[in-house]
Amino acid sequence: MPPREPLAVAEPAELPEPPEPPESAERPELPESAALGDRPAFAEAEVAQVAEAAVDLAAVAVRVRELIVGMCASADGGHLGGSMSLVEILVTLYHEVLRIDPTRPQAPDRDVLLLSKGHGAIALYAVLATRGYFPVEWLDRYAAPGGPFLAHPNRAVPGVEMPTGSLGHGLALGVGHALAARLDGSDRRCVVVLGDGELQEGSVWEAAMAAGSLGLDRLTAVIDRNGLQLGDGTEDVIMLEPLADRWRAFGWTVREVDGHDRGALRAALTEPGAGRPVAVIARTVKGRGLPYVEGQVRSHFARLGETQRGRALRAVRRGIR
Amino acid sequence: MSAAGPAAAAGTTAPAGGPRAGRDVYRDLLVELMATDARLVCLDSDTGLFSGVDFGPASDRYVNLGIAEQNLMGVAAGLARSGRIPMVNTMATFASTRALEAVKVDIAFNDLPVRIVATHGGLAAGHLGPTHHALEDLAIMRTLPNMTVVAPADADACARLFRQALELPGPVYLRLGRAATPDLAATLATADVPDAPPVRLGRVQPLRTGGDVVLAACGPYPVLAALDAADELARRGIGATVLNVHTIRPLDVETLDAAVRATGRPVVVTVEEHWPSGGLGSAVAEALAERRPTRVLRVAVPDGFVAVAGDQRYLLERAGVTAAAVVDRAVAALR
Repeated sequence: MPPREPLAVAEPAELPEPPEPPESAERPELPESAALGDRPAFAEAEVAQVAEAAVDLAAVAVRVRELIVGMCASADGGHLGGSMSLVEILVTLYHEVLRIDPTRPQAPDRDVLLLSKGHGAIALYAVLATRGYFPVEWLDRYAAPGGPFLAHPNRAVPGVEMPTGSLGHGLALGVGHALAARLDGSDRRCVVVLGDGELQEGSVWEAAMAAGSLGLDRLTAVIDRNGLQLGDGTEDVIMLEPLADRWRAFGWTVREVDGHDRGALRAALTEPGAGRPVAVIARTVKGRGLPYVEGQVRSHFARLGETQRGRALRAVRRGIR
Repeated sequence: MSAAGPAAAAGTTAPAGGPRAGRDVYRDLLVELMATDARLVCLDSDTGLFSGVDFGPASDRYVNLGIAEQNLMGVAAGLARSGRIPMVNTMATFASTRALEAVKVDIAFNDLPVRIVATHGGLAAGHLGPTHHALEDLAIMRTLPNMTVVAPADADACARLFRQALELPGPVYLRLGRAATPDLAATLATADVPDAPPVRLGRVQPLRTGGDVVLAACGPYPVLAALDAADELARRGIGATVLNVHTIRPLDVETLDAAVRATGRPVVVTVEEHWPSGGLGSAVAEALAERRPTRVLRVAVPDGFVAVAGDQRYLLERAGVTAAAVVDRAVAALR
C-alpha cells in the first residue's frame, strides 16, 4: 500500500494575489460586509452568456470541481471531500431542475434550495457562480477577511437562501417553506440537501416526521450518501441503514440513485411526489474526482498547497472515469 | 410601534369570577386576528392551548407540529422567510433551552418576524417542577441579537403587547404564564393610584412615583410585590417609584435612568421571577453601570432549583420573591 500523501499542509499555502473583480457598471459589487439582503445579480445579457456556455453540464461539473479545488487552496482551506461528492447533485438541481432566475434571486415563485449540509458551501458557491448568480472571479476571494464567502452558506452571497451549517436545521426550514407554498396555493418547491452523517441529528427526524405527516409533496430531501463523516464511516459511527426504509417509515417516497449520474438524478428530482415528500438517496463518493482520496475519510477537509492544487486540478480536468 | 387602540381590549373582558389567564387572552386575540390577517400562522407543539378552538376559515393556518420544538422553530423560520408571520407556541423553558440553537440560527440570525409565545414562564408551571420551570429564559433570549423580549404583567398587557409586537419586523419572545394572575389595573384602582399610562412595547411603564428609591419589576407577581413594597415603604416614610419593565430587550434605559436620577439616590431594587443571573436585574445593572455608579439590588429566585410542590404564588413566596424582601433591600440600601 503506497504511503498516504497528507492533504493538509502545516503552513498556509502560497496563493497568488486574487485578481480584481472585472470592472463593469453592470456587474454587482462584491459585497464586502456580511450584511443580509438581496444583492444585485448579473445583467441579463451576462446570464444568457453563462447559460449558453453551460450547455455542456459535464464541463460545468469539471469547472465546479476546479473552483472547489481553488477554494481549498485558500489559506483557510475547505471541506473538500463532501463538496466533491455534491457536485452532480447541485449542478443537476441548479442547471436542470430548479425553477430559478439568477437575475431575480428573490423572485416570489422561485424554487428554494437549502443546503442543510452547510459544510458543502464551497460547492454551492461554485455552482451559483457557474449558474450566473455572481461572477466566478468572486470565488478567488473565498474566506478573504471582510468578504461574504464563509465556510458555511451565507445569505450575503447572491443565491444563498438561508444560513446553514449547524447540522440538522435544513429540513425543518424546508418544511416551513413547503408549508408556506401550500398556504399560498403555489406550486413552487423546496429542495433540501442533507449530508448522510447529518442524519444523526434528531432534529432531522422531527422534520421528516412532520413533512410525512403533512404530506408535503413539494418538499424534496436529497441525501448525499457518501458513507463517510468527519472521523469515520457513517455505519461505523452510528448506523443509518436501512436508510431507505427509515425514510419510507416516516411517510416519504424514496428514490435511490447514483449521485454522480446526472440523468438519474434529474429523473429522481423531477418526478412528482404524489402526496408525499420525496427523499432522494444519492449514493456518492466522498472526494469524487480526486482518485487518490476518493472514498477516504481524510478527504473531509483540506488545505491544499501549490503542488497539491496543481495535482488536484489535473485530476479533475482528466474527468471522472 | 404605537399604543394599542381600544380594540386591543378585545378578549380581555374578565368573566365574572376574576381575571383571565394571559395565555387564554392571547389565544382568543390570536384567533380573532387570524380571521382577518392572512399572514398569521399558528404553530402548535401539542400545548393543548388550542384544544377545541375553531379557527374557521383560518383553520389551514393552524398547524400542530407535535412534541418537537427544534422542528417547530425551524418550520417557523421557513414560513417567515416565505412571507408569513408565524406564532410559535410552546413552553418557555423548551423555547429557550431545548430549541435554543434553532431560535438563534434559524430565527434570530435571519431576523425573521417569528413570534415565540412561551407559556409557563418563571415558576408558572408550579408543581410540574424544575423540568418545566423557566428561570433562565429572559437571560438567554436577551443575549440573542435582533430578539425583542417581553414579559407582560397581566392579561390585559398580554393582549396589548402581543398586538404591538405583531408590528415588529424581527423576532419576539413573549413570556406568558399559565394560570390567571391578578389584574393590574384593578390592583392599582384599589390602591388608589392615579392611572398608569397605557402599556407600550419598548417603554417602561411607570406605575407610581416616589422620591427615594426606584423599584423595577417584570412579570405579574414581581410587579405586584413591588407595588405592595411601595405601600409598605410609604408607611415608613420612604417614597418609591415603581416601574413595570415589561420589555427586557430593548431595555428602555432612558426612562429607567431618568427615574433613578429623579430620586437623587443611586439605588434600584429589581424584582423578577427568574434566576439572579442574566434577567431583569442583570439587564438593569449593566445598563445603569454604563451611565453612573448605581447600586442595583436584585430580588430574584435564588440560584437553585425549586423542587418542591406548590403553585406559582406559593413557590415565589417560598423563593423569597416577595414585597417584604423588596422592602428589606430598599431599606438596607437607603440606610
